[in-house]
Amino acid sequence: MTDNSMRTPIGRVRGLGSAKAGLHHWWMQRITAIALIPLTLWFVASLISLAGAGYEETAAWLGSPFVAILMIALIVATFYHAALGLQVVIEDYIHHEGAKLALLLGVKLLAALLAIAALFAVLKLAFGG
Amino acid sequence: MAEFSLPANSKVKIGNTHKAPEGAKRVKAFKIYRYDPDSGQNPRVDTYEIDLDECGPMVLDALIKIKNEVDTTVTFRRSCREGICGSCAMNIDGTNTLACLKSIDEVKDDVKIYPLPHMPVVKDLVPDLTRPYAQLASIEPWLKTKSPLPPTDEERRQSPEEREKLDGLWECVLCFCCSTSCPSYWWNGDRYLGPAILLQAYRWIADSRDEYTGERLDQLEDPFRLYRCHTIMNCTKTCPKGLNPAKAIGEIKKLMVQRM
Repeated sequence: MTDNSMRTPIGRVRGLGSAKAGLHHWWMQRITAIALIPLTLWFVASLISLAGAGYEETAAWLGSPFVAILMIALIVATFYHAALGLQVVIEDYIHHEGAKLALLLGVKLLAALLAIAALFAVLKLAFGG
Repeated sequence: MAEFSLPANSKVKIGNTHKAPEGAKRVKAFKIYRYDPDSGQNPRVDTYEIDLDECGPMVLDALIKIKNEVDTTVTFRRSCREGICGSCAMNIDGTNTLACLKSIDEVKDDVKIYPLPHMPVVKDLVPDLTRPYAQLASIEPWLKTKSPLPPTDEERRQSPEEREKLDGLWECVLCFCCSTSCPSYWWNGDRYLGPAILLQAYRWIADSRDEYTGERLDQLEDPFRLYRCHTIMNCTKTCPKGLNPAKAIGEIKKLMVQRM
């Protein structure tokens, strides 16, 4: 809307109305954040304990069922949380509608692609060896 | 993108200095933002030296003294001079507050006075609050009921415990110190309602006599109207009445989860 619009202030504020959404985004951001606390601690501790281990040992560790399941949880939570968080940053700061839409699409597609690649790697180790 | 530097015609220049009268003992300098959009000139900061021995204790006392005795063109809003009307909200010493509740002694160096941040300026210290007022109207801040009016000699009943839930909410004087201190409101004030309005919205959501709680929550559930709050808490820090808009917003978010 242009600044010289003659629309009333209340008309502008009411705008397109409530999206009746936003709770799911907010709630998932919190759930993934809580999930990431133990998962990240476990992952960092595991990396430290694997220091100096060779390829074979690391691959065997990653491919074991318990580790693979936790890794999948970590990957899903990380990329989901990152996509949600970056979406908020873009919505906060990018006010050009076209650029905003392009960035939101880009971030979501990139997060999905990276998550799929990471999941594929874990599954390959777990099932393919 | 968010704008982090002012456009050329908004750069604030150094203005005039009005010296304290001869023989003044306790001199304090007040540096006041001056801007008249109609003049076509850039904003400037004028300095007014005031003898505190000849001035009341609050920043508003100094502003009134300046307007009465030094420079009648200094423009600001004020009414009750005791923190009830919310008119004299401005940025003093880097913090949004009410000039009538801000003691001059609290400011160590020169007293820097600017209008509420990130609002259009009508003149000097008077911001254009058209949008927050419209946002207040948009949340319909009055009691809404389905049940019929009680008989003329009866009121709508509320237990003392239910009434207690409104404490910390009804005291808001709508000065908009909180909303104009909130970065989210700076960047997205056209769609985000801001802490002052969300506290008002919660005041009616928390009112046991109101029967439109669900509809009120429906109207707020929006990525921008409500969820632009990122719990920065500038609102709570700056509130001159000691209220906690961040907590009120948190309560709204909790109710959203509760009805999920």
